[in-house]
Amino acid sequence: MRSGNGDQPGSGASVLEARNIVKLFGDLRANDDIALTLKPGEIHALLGENGAGKSTLVKILYGALQPTSGQIFWKGEPVTISNPAAARALGIGMVFQHFSLFDALTVTQNIALALAAGRDSAALAERIETVSVDYGLPLRPDAVVADLSVGERQRIEVVRCLLQEPRLLILDEPTAVLTPQEAGQLFVTLERLAGEGCALLYISHRLEEVKRLCHDATILRHGRLVARVDPRRESAASLAKFMIGSDVAALRSGQGAKPGAPLLELAGLSMSTDDPFGVALKDIDLVVRSGEIVAIAGVAGNGQSELFDAVSGERTNARVDAVKLAGAPCGGETITQRRRRDAAFVPEERLGHAAVSDLPLSENIILTHHAIGEGVVRNGLIDRGAARDVMTRVAEHYDVRKNLPDPEARALSGGNLQKFVVGREMERRPRILVVHQPTWGVDAGAAAFIRQSLIDMAGSGSAVLMISQDLDEIFEIADRIAVISRGELSEAYPAGELSPERIGLLMAGTHERAGPDGGLGDRA
Amino acid sequence: MGALEAVILTIIAASTPLLLAATGELVTERSGVLNLGVEGMMIMGAVCSFAAAYVSGSAPVGILAGLAAGVAMSMLFAFLTQTLMTSQVATGLSLTLLGLGLSGLIGEGFTGLPGVKLAPVQIPVLSGIPFIGPILFGQDILVYASLALTAAVGYVLFRTRTGLVINAVGGNHQSAHALGYGVIRVRYACIAFGGGCSGLAGAYLSLAYTPQWVENMSAGRGWIALALVVFATWLPGRLFVGAYLFGTVWIMGLYVQGLGVAVPSQLLSSLPYLVTIAVLIVISGNKALITVNTPACIGQPFAPER
Amino acid sequence: MIIRLERRSRRSTAMALLSPLLAIAVTLALGAVMFAALGFDPARALYIYFVEPLTSVWSVEEVIVKAAPLILIGVGLAVCFTANVWNIGAEGQLTIGALLGAAIPIHFTAWQSPLALVFMLALGAAGGALFAAVPAFLKTRFSANEILTSLMLVYVAQLLLDWLVRGPWRDPEGYNFPQSVPFEGWQLLPLLGEGRVHIGAVFAVAAVVVVAFIMGRTLRGFEIRVVGTSPRAGAFAGFREKRVILFCFMLSGGLAGLAGICEVAGPSGELQPIVSPGYGFTAIIVAFLGRLNPIGVLFAGVLLAISYMGGEGVQVELGISARTTQVFQGMLLFFILACDTLIRYRMKLVHTRKMAKEV
Repeated sequence: MRSGNGDQPGSGASVLEARNIVKLFGDLRANDDIALTLKPGEIHALLGENGAGKSTLVKILYGALQPTSGQIFWKGEPVTISNPAAARALGIGMVFQHFSLFDALTVTQNIALALAAGRDSAALAERIETVSVDYGLPLRPDAVVADLSVGERQRIEVVRCLLQEPRLLILDEPTAVLTPQEAGQLFVTLERLAGEGCALLYISHRLEEVKRLCHDATILRHGRLVARVDPRRESAASLAKFMIGSDVAALRSGQGAKPGAPLLELAGLSMSTDDPFGVALKDIDLVVRSGEIVAIAGVAGNGQSELFDAVSGERTNARVDAVKLAGAPCGGETITQRRRRDAAFVPEERLGHAAVSDLPLSENIILTHHAIGEGVVRNGLIDRGAARDVMTRVAEHYDVRKNLPDPEARALSGGNLQKFVVGREMERRPRILVVHQPTWGVDAGAAAFIRQSLIDMAGSGSAVLMISQDLDEIFEIADRIAVISRGELSEAYPAGELSPERIGLLMAGTHERAGPDGGLGDRA
Repeated sequence: MGALEAVILTIIAASTPLLLAATGELVTERSGVLNLGVEGMMIMGAVCSFAAAYVSGSAPVGILAGLAAGVAMSMLFAFLTQTLMTSQVATGLSLTLLGLGLSGLIGEGFTGLPGVKLAPVQIPVLSGIPFIGPILFGQDILVYASLALTAAVGYVLFRTRTGLVINAVGGNHQSAHALGYGVIRVRYACIAFGGGCSGLAGAYLSLAYTPQWVENMSAGRGWIALALVVFATWLPGRLFVGAYLFGTVWIMGLYVQGLGVAVPSQLLSSLPYLVTIAVLIVISGNKALITVNTPACIGQPFAPER
Repeated sequence: MIIRLERRSRRSTAMALLSPLLAIAVTLALGAVMFAALGFDPARALYIYFVEPLTSVWSVEEVIVKAAPLILIGVGLAVCFTANVWNIGAEGQLTIGALLGAAIPIHFTAWQSPLALVFMLALGAAGGALFAAVPAFLKTRFSANEILTSLMLVYVAQLLLDWLVRGPWRDPEGYNFPQSVPFEGWQLLPLLGEGRVHIGAVFAVAAVVVVAFIMGRTLRGFEIRVVGTSPRAGAFAGFREKRVILFCFMLSGGLAGLAGICEVAGPSGELQPIVSPGYGFTAIIVAFLGRLNPIGVLFAGVLLAISYMGGEGVQVELGISARTTQVFQGMLLFFILACDTLIRYRMKLVHTRKMAKEV
């Protein structure tokens, strides 16, 4: 399988070697004495949970951060990578998790920005076309990025690196935003690159694909190097154990609860968008019954946020019948009115949408509890004591760890804040719960806790709608699965009848049907 | 001199300070920075160039002083917003308040004194052509500079790598930083350019438009320049059109009164401000037009991770 | 050497209280340098500027007269800025409030009853509020930038006033001076005590109390804070941003209008082409210096009023221009903004050589 130039792991000819890397952010040891060796032709996985220090390490290798101490050797020579330009000059390319693209600029301009000055743009456009087709990642050089799909945007990132003829290519969770088919295409490209002698550092938490693709793996936990293994010889479970440090408790499924009355009904829900980069919703039908979890899968930017806003009432609908909560038509109702119908909502963004970063947790309680007759607000006056009581209950029941009695939201870690914003809604025991990316960027322990809570909610007779891009999560807890693509929603199939491949086809199939004119994008 | 010729000349004179200041602000905003201190930088440019020209007896010295004053003021803004990461809106406002106050203090001793008039550049032969000559070839250096600057800004922004980097920094500062561009450095430079242009606009007011010092003589032109950038949807070509449109509105009042129409002078004087509001309504209401060209990071502070 | 900022893990409460004091200290220090450079004894100049206004009953009263409009407007602007709504046109709203309220003494000169005064005040506040509703409407309906529209309307309001006092509202017996008939009796504000302090000071304190209550205790105040810091979270909470914008504009406009009518029915006693020495703009500084907190605004308003008095003082006693007041005020705002950085960040000096290696 390895073609390359015949170097074996362990032999001296490394492309890059990092020794004793330490990076401090204030008191936090983000990287603590980490070693990493990368060889030509090798696809090397960097594994770890969120917050394990992966991103910090690759930013150091790419010159975006400076290590507090430690050495880096490039082809055996000690080097200081003082900035990304220096990294690129050495031959290090990087594909970012959050794309470093410029929406308003063309593909060619985006790529030109990453290359040395003084290139003729017409010649560059030609090269982009050739290289992109050659590696199976076709791109139109004059397209404006804002008009491209997420998958196409990633191609720009990859092609941008390829044009620099890198000796080392770093990829930060490249498949997180791709359909299974698109990911497959990317793997072909990566394997070909490795075959040409390029070293690849591949960051992912999708263990199956790491097992399939990578030759070597370095695993980090809490900023420290915990293992260096050959992933092909490990199981996904054993890799996960290295990452987490213990076994993750298996979820108890909510057995016995038979789906009951429909509580959330969408019928012919359409919604235009006034954002030129947004996605319009087209004729969406869906029923979520008491006692079941229905998941909506899909690649980012296919209308998930718009659907969430339409269901929650952040955007109201002209057609009253388009949304029904517990049988009552409420398409025209605001989010506050829908909350009073015993529905609760958890949006994707924790900070800035679900919670206000500069407000203490007790005041963040008021955000969603001010109008549900709980006594947090009476006659327009805020009862701070009542708000603090609710906050304390949420923190206790949902394991929100905080170092102050009532800290500001931004002082909490991602996982703890997510437990807070999910718990804030669950504490009400709503009959209808809509969650969007409930475990996005959350450590495994917190994710398991949240998923278990969702299962328990459904088990107690609530209807749960979960919009997620994480197929593993969907298969773990959903009873039925629908797929959203370009603002259209597929039928909801029982989870047992669907394979990941089938879902991938649903994602991609609709893509082709919609044609190139659809406004797909994931503009924040 | 014919009446039409006189009208066109005054339109050019009224438009030039707007074009200068707005061109500078356009570059600043393209880099993702909203500097609301244009009025303050302009008035400081006006008073400093008047004072320097009066003391030295030389208009070019005055122009340089105006330029320097504008840049100096803008660097205050840059230090606060870029280095100390203060709110751009609040800092821009304070720059204007400071500029208005400081210019009043500096200019106190110069009120009512005869100024040094910036002489037109008479291009030999060509400026002698009737009608076209004085309009096209008999203007002063700042008029030519305003046109050349606008054209140059258009060229640099859309045809050169420098412009590409400015647009990149304004469009997505995190990405630009990740690619290794010095976001803060680029922004300092663009803020300085904007300040220089505002200073020149002020110099034009006190050396050419009305060669004297009058307190608050910028009369809201800095704010109108800000509105012009929105009107132009951040495109230099449209900025040129907009500046001349506003210049026309600005002096229209004079001529309407000259014609003996019985309209209160105050109503005519308020026309530029009312037209500005009207223009903002029409342009801002058009979301597609605005969203496509607005620098995405405008007004947002940038704090690189360290 | 270069300054580098490190984000604090939480806002520093100590710095939040210290920063305005630090800003004042730096402004005074720079003021001392300025006076020294102009050839004056800095200690004496600063004494006249900031202490002397508090040493006589007459000047203390004058400080109160000047602080009242600053506080009235500043407290409204503090609410606006908290909501991230940028009403820069308070000076225009003040002007419209003044002229609308003045319509009563000008057109109904003979109406001498307490009700006339109530009407004047109500009209003034309503005029300011409605005039402020214009930029609010333009922002919510057309997304027109409220900074620019509200500011443009200042010029329009001032020109309208200019036209009125030179034209239709000019006192026919006023020797052709651009001013209205002098107000009399119940069309003037009642005075508190013997001096010039009028009931506007009571309004200012009342406004502080009411706004402090709204912002601190009510859902409406919470709504304003949330929409200001995070509009998306505000929408998620079910708060309507457009309503907040309109509320903030009309509240601050109403208070500015009230300040305006209090100026003409108080210290002026007639309508003149210029109603205020820029109170509407100075109040921006007051709002920031007061940390956008109503109680803070109370103190900040008094300080800025002192600086107006001090400016007149140094002009009379030392021959220093009173325009130094505006410079002081401008500098003060600059330094407040700079010092506020310390609330969120820790400042560190780094040697340039080390920087060069790192970046």
